[in-house]
Amino acid sequence: MLLSIRSLTKVFPGTRALDDVDLDIAAGQVHALLGENGAGKSTLIKCLTGAYRRDGGTVTLDGAPIDPRSTLQAQELGIGTVYQEVNLLPNLTVAQNLMFGHEPRRFGLIDTRAMRAQARETLARYGLDIDVDRDLGRYSVAIQQIVAIARAVRISGKVLILDEPTASLDKAEVRMVFDVLRSLRDQGMAIVFVSHFLDQVFDLADQVTILRNGRRVASQPIAGLDRMTLVEQMLGRALEDVVAIPAADAAPTAPILRFQGMGRAGTIQPFDLDVGAGEVVGLAGLLGSGRTETAELLFGIRPAQTGTARDDAGPIDLRTPRAAIAAGFGFAPEDRKTDGIVADLSIRENIILGLQARRGWARPIPRAEQNRLADDYIRQLDIRTSGREKPIGELSGGNQQKAVLARWLAMNPRFLILDEPTRGIDVGAHAQILRLIRDLTQGGLSLLIISSELDELVAVADRVIVLRDRAHVAELTGGAVGADAIMRAIAGTGEAA
Amino acid sequence: MNARALPLYATILIFVAAYALAYSQFPNILSTRVIGNLLTDNAYLGIVAVGMTLVILSGGIDLSVGAVIAFSGVFIAVMLRDTGLHPLAVFAILLMLTTAFGAAMGFLIDRLAMPAFIVTLAGMFLARGAAYLLSVQSVPITHPFFGQLQSAYVLMPGKGRLTLIGVLMLAVFAVGMVIAHRTRFGTSVYALGGGAQTARLMGVPQGRTTVLVYGFSGLMAGLSGIVFAVYTGSGYSLATVGTELTAIAAVVIGGTLLSGGSGYMFGTLVGVLTMGLIQTYIVFDGTLSSWWTKIVIGLLLLVFILLQKGLLTLSARR
Ligand SMILES: Nc1ncnc2c1ncn2[C@@H]1O[C@H](COP(=O)(O)OP(=O)(O)OP(=O)(O)O)[C@@H](O)[C@H]1O
Ligand SMILES: [Mg+2]
Repeated sequence: MLLSIRSLTKVFPGTRALDDVDLDIAAGQVHALLGENGAGKSTLIKCLTGAYRRDGGTVTLDGAPIDPRSTLQAQELGIGTVYQEVNLLPNLTVAQNLMFGHEPRRFGLIDTRAMRAQARETLARYGLDIDVDRDLGRYSVAIQQIVAIARAVRISGKVLILDEPTASLDKAEVRMVFDVLRSLRDQGMAIVFVSHFLDQVFDLADQVTILRNGRRVASQPIAGLDRMTLVEQMLGRALEDVVAIPAADAAPTAPILRFQGMGRAGTIQPFDLDVGAGEVVGLAGLLGSGRTETAELLFGIRPAQTGTARDDAGPIDLRTPRAAIAAGFGFAPEDRKTDGIVADLSIRENIILGLQARRGWARPIPRAEQNRLADDYIRQLDIRTSGREKPIGELSGGNQQKAVLARWLAMNPRFLILDEPTRGIDVGAHAQILRLIRDLTQGGLSLLIISSELDELVAVADRVIVLRDRAHVAELTGGAVGADAIMRAIAGTGEAA
Repeated sequence: MNARALPLYATILIFVAAYALAYSQFPNILSTRVIGNLLTDNAYLGIVAVGMTLVILSGGIDLSVGAVIAFSGVFIAVMLRDTGLHPLAVFAILLMLTTAFGAAMGFLIDRLAMPAFIVTLAGMFLARGAAYLLSVQSVPITHPFFGQLQSAYVLMPGKGRLTLIGVLMLAVFAVGMVIAHRTRFGTSVYALGGGAQTARLMGVPQGRTTVLVYGFSGLMAGLSGIVFAVYTGSGYSLATVGTELTAIAAVVIGGTLLSGGSGYMFGTLVGVLTMGLIQTYIVFDGTLSSWWTKIVIGLLLLVFILLQKGLLTLSARR
């Protein structure tokens, strides 16, 4: 075995994140690490790479025991990592991020020209042709993610670890990344891969290990396994099928919100959109097609230059997020890791943050009410935590996302925009969230959901709007909402009715 | 172009515009004489600002440098008065001392995870106190080698004097630029300023970089102390009070973000020269009180902070 882990244990105050975990990773294989949110996947990875010190157990690489004290040492041992919470520095250039620690040098100084050339060459393998001299922060999350992967691949000599690397990539990008990973595997690299996308796991992995509550429950070759078995091993119970209910064919309700000719030069072409009470409108399209831009426009982040928004009472002001919130709008952004959480505040404080801000800080929400709200959402969204007072930064990635979702739900908006609401959330919780969304719309909440997962859109949306090249190009309603139809509309073949 | 470079361009623009304005009133201000003086008068400030730039880029701050400059002057003066050591030997001892002092502060900041503000504030009192201990009075430096240093210059066309310390400052800036932009250490500094947590995960050696950054700032403060001693010909424990703040101002006017991670070494040079130019202008004018320097610098700072704020919101919207 290339990498052998024995009895690995890691304890956080109040949590046994890893409990006596054994794991063997072979060279030339892709090893998928699966488990619910909070199962201990990221913790295991961080213990391997020196980001955390382990509390017990041994790790051997190539037969020699290792105990990296810093990620730098792990890198020197040949372990490259893409961590779940991104990853690189927005204030350095793409080339600097990619090459840091391995810059080509001449006379002891960084040879910027060679560095640039190597960076461009590396990124070309991933189909990226971008200006590597620009700050990384100027590029989209997807590009940043690919740069992070490319960096980890460059660094890793023996082991490459990827913690949910594909969460913000579209299909074509995933394929490109997987091609690179496969060729690395064939060259003998050991690859550890964490993902909540089971399709991708079946596509790529040779071996699967499943963690539950910090314990290893199974470790097996993937050949011959089926989806249900995996899910049961992860959850410890069968997943009652939840979302196969076709979208309620309710008679179209009268629109409560009408957006007309809303647009912004260079961002999104003017579009019309009516939203009914309790209606779920889905936005589909490739990355960069204008989905997030549509959301940001409606929420006043990048306000519209043309067009009007009105409800029954008259025109509404959407020029700033503040105005949008006052109008009863909510927006859970895509990049929740950076935009969403206040890491040092507790789960309770994070959940009531939006509500409190709207009430004004002079009128604090009574503590009992805060506790009730927090406990409510922790239960409804199944946030795995030892209590509501835990700092949110100490939750697992998926559980942080649930808490941010809770913040917007707690504000009780009439129109809520969710950008990739289930990204990074495990299969069990995924179903739970979709069900919750259903319940909410019964209560009259209107939703706009952006998602790359077509099945998810099909499951919850009454109507799907398809975007291409920053314009709304098609609209599918009722029976016409299907994964294939959406796909065709995205590709632009056989325009949907 | 990169939005990160925008403050730098703004700085250069303001400097050129200010120079043109001053020139239209006093054509003499473009003479090599004035330029030579500009370099000489601001040499100690420029050198210490190089160290400060690196510290601020790393996301920290060093409040001790003004006191260290004063300590250096007194240390040199007292050593030359009381021992038979050659000034060069004294310089070497001093630079080792101040570098170790800075490195020790960096060590504390990293190990105890203490705010740099507090640690270097303590360092400021410590260095100032040590200077008092050596001598409360101003101590003149009479060593003949100092005379040589003071009179070392090349005559530029137009009778301007390019002094040794002026050249030293430019050389230090050149070194600073190479360190900041062309070494792995420099990239580490930017990385820390961009986000310590992420930088650590990327493999930036946080501890070593922090120690080196403050050690370098200590070295620059010592060097600046030597230059200041050469410039004034004495060592005085009450000298250069508040110089750390002037240096911070120069760095910020030079377009470096006070929150770290973004800026250019060259900008700091322009920042120092801008401040020197304002002073020169006021001297030329003759009717203005020298307090106008402070007021104009205050206004400039305000403009730059507003500019940075605007850029931040702009880039947040992308
Ligand atoms: N720094 C920390 N301090 C305290 N507890 C932590 C810390 N990091 C993780 N935990 C806890 O350890 C457990 C495992 O978390 P981990 O991040 O490894 O989960 P995960 O399997 O990666 O989940 P996800 O799929 O949501 O990313 C969780 O209960 C989490 O709250
Ligand atoms: Mg995780």
